[in-house]
Amino acid sequence: MEEITLLIDGREVKGQQGQTIIEVARTNGINIPSLCYHPRISKTGACRICLVRVNNRMLRPACVEPAINGMTVVTEDEDIVSMRKWILELLLSDGDHNCLYCDADGDCELQSLVKRYGVQEAKKEEPKRERAVDNESSRAIKRNEYRCILCQRCVKTCKEIQVSNVWGFSERGFETRLIADDDQKIGESSCVECGQCVQMCPTGALTYQTVLGRGANWELKKESSICIYCGVGCKIDFYTNREGLLVKTLGNYEGPNEGHLCVKGRFGFDFVQNKKRLTKPLIKRNGAFEEASWDEALDLVASRFTEIKTKYGSDSIAALSSAKCTNEENYLMQKFMRAVIGTNNVDHCARL
Amino acid sequence: MTNSIREIPLSAGFLVIGSNTTENHPVLGSMIKNAVINNGKKLVVADPRRIELAKYADHYFQIKPGTNIAILNGFMHVLIKEGLYDKTFVETRTEGFQELARTLEKYTPEYVAEICGLDNPEDIPKAARLMAGLKPMALYYSMGITQFVSGVNGVKSTANLQMLLGNMGVPGGGVNPLRGQNNVQGACDMGALPVSYPAYQPVANEENKAKFEKAWGVAGLSAKPGLTIVEMFNAAIGGQLKAVYEMGENPVMSDPNQHHVIEALKALEFLVVQDIFLTETAQYADVVLPACAFLEKEGSVTNTERRVQPMHKVLPPWGDARDDWWIITQIANRMGEKWDYKKPEDIFEEIRKVAPSYAGITYERIEKELIQWPCPATDHPGTQYLHKDKFSRGLGLFTAIDYTPPAEGTDAEYPMILTTGRMLEHFHTGTMTRNSRILDELVPEGFVEINPNDASNYNITDGEVVSVSSRRGSIRIKAKVTDKPKPNVVFIPFHFYEAAANVLTNDALDPGCKIPEYKVCSCKIEKIA
Repeated sequence: MEEITLLIDGREVKGQQGQTIIEVARTNGINIPSLCYHPRISKTGACRICLVRVNNRMLRPACVEPAINGMTVVTEDEDIVSMRKWILELLLSDGDHNCLYCDADGDCELQSLVKRYGVQEAKKEEPKRERAVDNESSRAIKRNEYRCILCQRCVKTCKEIQVSNVWGFSERGFETRLIADDDQKIGESSCVECGQCVQMCPTGALTYQTVLGRGANWELKKESSICIYCGVGCKIDFYTNREGLLVKTLGNYEGPNEGHLCVKGRFGFDFVQNKKRLTKPLIKRNGAFEEASWDEALDLVASRFTEIKTKYGSDSIAALSSAKCTNEENYLMQKFMRAVIGTNNVDHCARL
Repeated sequence: MTNSIREIPLSAGFLVIGSNTTENHPVLGSMIKNAVINNGKKLVVADPRRIELAKYADHYFQIKPGTNIAILNGFMHVLIKEGLYDKTFVETRTEGFQELARTLEKYTPEYVAEICGLDNPEDIPKAARLMAGLKPMALYYSMGITQFVSGVNGVKSTANLQMLLGNMGVPGGGVNPLRGQNNVQGACDMGALPVSYPAYQPVANEENKAKFEKAWGVAGLSAKPGLTIVEMFNAAIGGQLKAVYEMGENPVMSDPNQHHVIEALKALEFLVVQDIFLTETAQYADVVLPACAFLEKEGSVTNTERRVQPMHKVLPPWGDARDDWWIITQIANRMGEKWDYKKPEDIFEEIRKVAPSYAGITYERIEKELIQWPCPATDHPGTQYLHKDKFSRGLGLFTAIDYTPPAEGTDAEYPMILTTGRMLEHFHTGTMTRNSRILDELVPEGFVEINPNDASNYNITDGEVVSVSSRRGSIRIKAKVTDKPKPNVVFIPFHFYEAAANVLTNDALDPGCKIPEYKVCSCKIEKIA
């Protein structure tokens, strides 16, 4: 790959032949605003919010314009700002972008840009057309087309990441609208509810049904971990609210999953906060479980293991370790069985 | 996996056999779909069910459950007969070719089609020719290769094919088993197996025994291989096994022949279950210990491509639940040990000392680096794909393998074949997914998939509750009439305790690795009303 040098906002930066302007800018920490562009999907060049000035002359969309050696790029000037404001006003003039009622409030790329460029309430000259709102057909995903800006991210996500091709556009021009399959409700379509389109949606047009809690996006705490289900080992960002309830999960782009999750990785974690969870050690007495203290339960286990080992020998005890536990816990379990009990009777569900 | 997930775009094509990838490893399944549908890569699929990937395949073989070896031998027969195999690879990197070739002689497309129940024998040579031209081709498999009494031979056959095609030791190639649990790879690596210490060091070896006695400061470690899960339950019924310590497993739901498992648990003198829910298995326990769920703990896990990744604490422990490592340490110390682990990292540091393939991996490194074992030193980058230039034994060994039938054949009383597995919305014994609201609402109950031909023969309509029985038991379950399974084959997902597939499954084992034959047993379907 040939290295190229560009001058972006007066700064000399390096890139690779074949990259677009926005890619070179972002790898160098220069933020060019975008809506339809996302590094994980192919380029659309639809929203034009990423217009930049190239070689001090024409405005070009940075997401699709190839970066060329020696190119000079200005990411923002007076003309660009007014152009971006105008684009944002156009986007706001159609649909209904009331953040008060929107789950994406505080986590909306359109909202961020509106704030960044100080766009005031847009004039609504065009007659509002009726659009689809579907909060019920799917157990997992909600849809409000009044907030859709037709960026195509969901269409491309479903085509290129999940590869289910559920989303598509219907009609043309002002009538353009997003449809699932041949115009089905999401819950009745072939959608497998991976929720990747929601993760990629830059507005609140597609949102999640709640997992457990709900909270304002700016109050949520994020921590990454690894999915508990299959062996792919997807890295996930888990979001919890102020009450400590799980709100949502997003695929982390650094994991083997490259940001993608399946329906289990997206919606399958509220079991952790399910009321049926065990909270106290239990000891069975006369056929019924009774709550016990940790000391009592652990002493009982240790003394019974010791008794049985003494009476019947080490090989009369076995352990099932767990493919759901960490390396450290599995290591300790086999060490316990081998070094403390004195047997190799330790296995787990590798074959099951 | 010998190779890596991120190599999928480097493959010219894929053979997927015995893996319903888009449902059971959905994220990886999507990557394969993207390669095939959007980037023109080739795909060959062999599976008894018309799985989603079959739709996009250049060649799809709807084989009878338990006939993987025959179809793989069929492909290899053509490769050798037509001289399409990678001769350089075979000459320089392998041994045992002549014997393999002799064994394969009889696996003509017609013979294979007969065994596998295929009506398209002419496609076998076409698929073999296609695969020969894919440089490299990656082979993906899962439990649809392994869960048979011939499971070990099934795995060896996949290796035979990939060596014959010269697809080993190259990026984008390889034999790639998809592990079904998030840390099944790690649990094996850590020695949670009856035959090996951490990093697959056999227990029946004096040097290893001495090594671990020294590392752990103990004497008299047992050199006798232990019991596998199914053998444990047999030993419990036989009276040799008296106590079981069970951590995060639910054998009542996950093991074959449920009645037998329950009988075994009842026969024990003492059963400890350490889990997050009062599972079907925990009901039989004498002591139940509440453990932290994964979001409440720290530690490392190893994925199907040998990548070691950190888990972080997202939530505080639920109620009075404790970390599994803490509980084990407490029991050990109450039995006279002086274990002094304060945090998971202390344990990981010990692992690094005894498991050579993990020696170079540290908590600090996995926070910022992508590391796959083997990683012998802290300045080693880890290993993206295995068997480059040479195999661990030197030359790759072809094993000449004949097809052998499943343990249980069909007969007049049990004329249908039952195969079991998982589905997209649920996982394993359902402990997690059935306690997750959205997933449980998406698919609230179990079902038996039955081909429209069979449904019409038995006069069964879609949604009707039917009885499915095997030699081991009987369940009632809703029929789902679909052309997914091959005629005369039914499929039941095993997640649902109300209609547990493992009441029916056969606990016959592979003689080598002791894996049960979940994927094929004979059964009968009866109308209830």
